Amino acid sequence: MDSELIAVSIDGKEVKVSPGTTVLEAARAVGIHIPTLCHHDDLCSEALYSQTSSTPHQGEHSHQHEESAMLSTPSSCRLCLVEVEGLPKLHASCALPIHNAMTVRTTSTAIRHARRDILELMMSEHYGDCFACARNGTCELQKLCADYGVTSERFGRPHEPLFEKAEAGNIIVRDQNKCILCRRCVRMCALYQGVYALTTEGRGDHSRIATFMGREMQDAACINCGQCINRCPTGALSERDDTEAVWHAIEDPDKLVVIQTAPAPRAAIGEAFGCEPGTPLTFQMNTALKRIGFDKVFDTNFSADLTIMEEGSELISRLYKALVLKDNSAALPQFTSCSPGWIKFIEHFYPQYLPNLSSAKSPQQMMGAVLKTYFAEKNGWDPSKIVSVSLMPCTAKKFEAGRPEMDSSGYRDVDYAITTREMARMFKQAGVDVPKLDKTDFDSPFGTPTGSGVIFGATGGVMEAALRTVLEIVTGEKVESMFDHADIKPVRGFDGVRMAEVKIEKVGPVPEILSHLVADFEWLKGATLRVGLAHGTVNAIRVMKDIEEGGPLSKCHFIEFMACPGGCLGGGGQPIPTDQDIRAARAKALYSEDAAYVVRKSHENEDVLRIYREFFKEGPCSHKSHELLHTHYKERV
Amino acid sequence: MDPKTVRGFVGNKLSFSEVAPKDGIRMAAEMAPEDVVAIIGASGLRGRGGAGFPTGKKWEFARSQEGTPKYTICNADEGEPGTFKDRLILTDFPELVFAGMAIAGRAVGAEFGILYLRAEYGWLRDHLEAALERCRGANLLGKAILGNKEFNFDIAIRMGSGAYICGEETALLESLEGRRGDARNRIPFPVQAGYLGKPTTVNNVETLAWVPCVLVKGPSWFAAMGTRKAPGAWLFSVSGDCKRPGIYEYPFGTSLRQILSDVGAENAKAVQVGGASGTCVPPAQFDRTLSPGDLATGGSIIVFGPGQDMFAVAENFQHFFADESCGQCIPCRVGNQRLLEAIGRMRKDGLDTDGERNVRQLAQTMTVASKCGLGQMSARAFLAILNNFSGELPGRA
Repeated sequence: MDSELIAVSIDGKEVKVSPGTTVLEAARAVGIHIPTLCHHDDLCSEALYSQTSSTPHQGEHSHQHEESAMLSTPSSCRLCLVEVEGLPKLHASCALPIHNAMTVRTTSTAIRHARRDILELMMSEHYGDCFACARNGTCELQKLCADYGVTSERFGRPHEPLFEKAEAGNIIVRDQNKCILCRRCVRMCALYQGVYALTTEGRGDHSRIATFMGREMQDAACINCGQCINRCPTGALSERDDTEAVWHAIEDPDKLVVIQTAPAPRAAIGEAFGCEPGTPLTFQMNTALKRIGFDKVFDTNFSADLTIMEEGSELISRLYKALVLKDNSAALPQFTSCSPGWIKFIEHFYPQYLPNLSSAKSPQQMMGAVLKTYFAEKNGWDPSKIVSVSLMPCTAKKFEAGRPEMDSSGYRDVDYAITTREMARMFKQAGVDVPKLDKTDFDSPFGTPTGSGVIFGATGGVMEAALRTVLEIVTGEKVESMFDHADIKPVRGFDGVRMAEVKIEKVGPVPEILSHLVADFEWLKGATLRVGLAHGTVNAIRVMKDIEEGGPLSKCHFIEFMACPGGCLGGGGQPIPTDQDIRAARAKALYSEDAAYVVRKSHENEDVLRIYREFFKEGPCSHKSHELLHTHYKERV
Repeated sequence: MDPKTVRGFVGNKLSFSEVAPKDGIRMAAEMAPEDVVAIIGASGLRGRGGAGFPTGKKWEFARSQEGTPKYTICNADEGEPGTFKDRLILTDFPELVFAGMAIAGRAVGAEFGILYLRAEYGWLRDHLEAALERCRGANLLGKAILGNKEFNFDIAIRMGSGAYICGEETALLESLEGRRGDARNRIPFPVQAGYLGKPTTVNNVETLAWVPCVLVKGPSWFAAMGTRKAPGAWLFSVSGDCKRPGIYEYPFGTSLRQILSDVGAENAKAVQVGGASGTCVPPAQFDRTLSPGDLATGGSIIVFGPGQDMFAVAENFQHFFADESCGQCIPCRVGNQRLLEAIGRMRKDGLDTDGERNVRQLAQTMTVASKCGLGQMSARAFLAILNNFSGELPGRA
């Protein structure tokens, strides 16, 4: 019976839908756009369940019910109101599932008036001017006010701020003067991230989005992932703006300002300039960065490859310790450490597993560390005059850059981490229309774009890059002999938790670069390498629970964790909006870049091999690399 | 505190005193569940919480649901201003309410019931727990009730936390599950997916107290008390400017004038029927009758004497709603607050044509656009007062 379609008439258009489809969804299917500020495509059951499907941990009944309670749209903005023939009043179409034939009108005088009143009611407690808002131009409330002709202030406007805006020290900046209490942030934080840093408290006029005990975001158990920012319809949530400091550095003749660009922003920044999602602008952006005054533009792919060398070597060492030396101190599975949201997550919620984290710094920090040491020495630059900037898809990278321990060279590894959104704004301030620019290569010596580095931006990418390198090093065979075109498809995709295994049929000689770690690979012959992946920290919880219970993931050797849904391409610092279709388009852009590059394996990146020849002469995981490229983590409450 | 000391004045004889709870349970134990539903349906009993939904129909929906376990909940979060009849029922006839819950459980196939008790009635808890123990001791609750092996039912009391919105059944369910009391979307309905996502009936205290009476005395006895369209009788909480405030039982179809005469309030200037979310009736309409088709009611009558400032009354009600909105949807949370401010302004400065148009438009939007009954009903009293007493505003004499 469930497969039977139901005929619905929406504004005179007939459409057949499966039972349970909401009127909002049915209307979209026939091209009728109904406005909403609380519904978000990520926050409907279909999106979430496709993201968490095929996970070993579906949770017990009560958890599922809890989840479905969070999932059900609050229908709080009431803008998606429609008329249903035969029913009194107006009905929120986002919360109106279709179970019987119905006739719906989505526009009428009553509906238009109600929507305009609701917008004016929102504005009646909205303090702040559009021109002074980070979301000017991308604000959903602003757009609807324009669409519905909200030109009066019939219900008043506040002339004083109703809340204090807590900026100093916070990476996630909340301005409750602009909050409409749609709860997207609360639901995103709970459903995708499992963090529950935000909640709704108070009643009536006193209700607001709050943290535990009203703490500021920097003191809350928040992982700085920024997913809340990316769902916020208004300027109530934004990231700390570091652009002014970067401009200041660029304009200081005494400073050498160097920027590294991560893979994910290049697949997304076009969206801020009107391009279709999934338009890669890697080399146009290099031109733009030079034009606004950066002295050097480096590719984070270099340090991503460096990360693979360090992290992969660490994995081989751990496996050797555990399997050959029977040393229990080698914690397995080894967890990746590239995602600073995930790092803070495990520090807060699973500190007992900190030994499992790879000690390798993230690519951002590795690049920063070698810039002010190797690069400075090589080029005769004074490291104290280098300002190290990173372009990241990520708000948590700001936190990582600021971690006190990230200065083992004597200088801050990274001085400023800028989000894709901030970068787009800087380009616009400088009048640079990125898509129209010519292409420019990255600067040497960290400029060889490699496929292994670029796919770091997608969930599964770190694992795929690691496997390409580890498998070739261990077996001595080309990875293409195991996977067509070196595409390790079992680790790709958007399922929330994934597992894959590869049998090591034969082993080769230990390459020179790793000879200080192991004498041979005979002990790996016939072994099965098992790997796991999770993206969105709610899926990390599923993995951790499975490990605690001794499930299949506890048998893995290496697990990739990405805090954000989709990995970095869905990062909290990426252009707004972001949803499943947009994430998929960005992923496609990254994988097509990977396929087009000549060098697609970290251990074949000539820049990486050179730094081991010239600087980290003792090889990966040696004393010097530990000092500059590795770090440690701490428990947080 | 001894519940009896605050039970209040009872103005006339209550039908509840004529029925032994045990007789109702025995009948249900001996009947097929679907027959229980049929009898309640035939009596025409409607919900006494205010919405007036036919009880038999609600049970039939719940009974036809496939999900298990099912739950039966008694809504004892009596929070509507001016309503205190449930308190009297819980004080004087708790076993009748529990019998109603057990019968509901038998009818819909639930073996567990929860009585959600208003936080401010916390002092009744011991009294109710003692009554529950008596019921269990007499095998009116527990396993194999009165010998019927298929009739198992027990009840737990859970406390509210003081929010008016938790009297709204879906917010009540949220509260029971440990979350803040926010109204849910009404599809699915609680009978489909209620407590813990399972089929759940939520009935008012008085509704459940009537249930054993209907079984024992028969649906035709019940129906004969009211009119053909509105069978049965109702308990009214009468308060305000009258000589004999208290609890009164009236059959449906009784005129407001009759009630005012009984309670000693012939000179009333206005009567608020149905609590704060009800409507305000001027003297010209005192011949209207209390029944679902005319003056629908949650069982509350508040009398305003000649000295009352009606816009002060409206402001008082409005203050209540602005405070008690769950804060979830915009028309209710922001609308009630803006309406409150507007009433304050009009009391001071009067109301010009533009202002009146705006405030009526706002009330209209709150009514049609709010998510639950709170926001949909909260402008009613104000609008009735504006329609009938606008002469009391400055500059409008």
